[in-house]
Amino acid sequence: MKLQKCIFLLAVCLLPLCYGFITVNPEKESSHLSRNQEIPVYNFESLKPLLYTNSDKVHIVNFWAMWCAPCVKELPILKQYEANNPNVEILLVSLDFPENIDSTLKPFLKKKGITSEVVLLDDPDANSWIDKIDPKWSGAIPFTIIFNNENRSYHERAFENIEDLENEIKKTIKNK
Amino acid sequence: MRIHHILYTAILTAGSFLITLGAAAQERKGPPRGGGGHSPVQTKTLEEVGGYKIGDVATDFKLKNVDGNMFSLSDIEKAKGYIVVFTCNECPFAKMYEDRLIALHNEYAPKGYSVIAINPNVSDSNTREGFKAMQKRAEEKEFPFVYLADEGQKIAPQYGALRTPHVFLLDHERKVQYIGTIDDNARSAENVKVKYVVNAIESLENDEKPNPNFTKAIGCQVKIARN
Repeated sequence: MKLQKCIFLLAVCLLPLCYGFITVNPEKESSHLSRNQEIPVYNFESLKPLLYTNSDKVHIVNFWAMWCAPCVKELPILKQYEANNPNVEILLVSLDFPENIDSTLKPFLKKKGITSEVVLLDDPDANSWIDKIDPKWSGAIPFTIIFNNENRSYHERAFENIEDLENEIKKTIKNK
Repeated sequence: MRIHHILYTAILTAGSFLITLGAAAQERKGPPRGGGGHSPVQTKTLEEVGGYKIGDVATDFKLKNVDGNMFSLSDIEKAKGYIVVFTCNECPFAKMYEDRLIALHNEYAPKGYSVIAINPNVSDSNTREGFKAMQKRAEEKEFPFVYLADEGQKIAPQYGALRTPHVFLLDHERKVQYIGTIDDNARSAENVKVKYVVNAIESLENDEKPNPNFTKAIGCQVKIARN
């Protein structure tokens, strides 16, 4: 009787293990196909490495949120730039709230056709990290960093159009 | 009995093993990229709009309150200071702070520090930030403080209001003593660790200089009209 009970317990415990094996692998394989399916939540310290690179490729990190009208208006400009320049690395740092990821953020990105990498920054004491990103940043969004391994510029404004963005990239990344 | 023990151990081992696996699967790979040589290039920022620095004497104004009357700082008698806050109807950060602004006013207005809320985003073209919408919001929330329309954005750029909510704490001479955010957690009043504005007022009450006297926060942009 006891033995049966134990076997049953063992089986119960092993079930999730199998489940783990089943789910882990496909996730890894499909992560490239559906990048914005999962939106990781970072605090400032874990986001920080994403704001620097050793590569000479153009990187654009854009701080935005769904509640920020000028940010939303700017997204198609970034999208168009990415379409014209597949080599660019664009990271959209959403300042929306983690509880809205599934209910509104994912549907929003789908509707807007945003395929860039999206992460969510959830670190409430903004006063402690805004200066670490750029001492001149007031905290208003949209805010964009254009950089590669050698050059870097900060923009506390929305880009007006694709030419405006291209212009700032040219000014920043000297050898492009 | 012994079999029981062995099986039990096996279950525990298997359990911890799968927990480890689960944790590994959850871990996000934040690309570990090192720093590099950087030559920061600063482009035009909104800070170039100007605005007050600590110690500057802030301007008084005459702006329309939601009750239809014009309001000036000088209308407040025996003021020991002024909690001027640029806020608006729609910004989620502004909304998250509404209740805290009400509490701030209810506690400190009797002590001589009133909240004076100013909407720099008031606009005829955006009905949700229009004067009528301001009146509606003030009524719904029963604002105990004035809620003023900065029509034509005459005041916000002078103060240097960049985002909502953005607080300028003035002393009785209208000298700016603190600029920044209300506290260190917009999303959750319960998890606030530092109440910057409250601390700044307490400093003034003790004839001390607020420290810190300048903080930053994420907020909605004050839409400065570009001419």
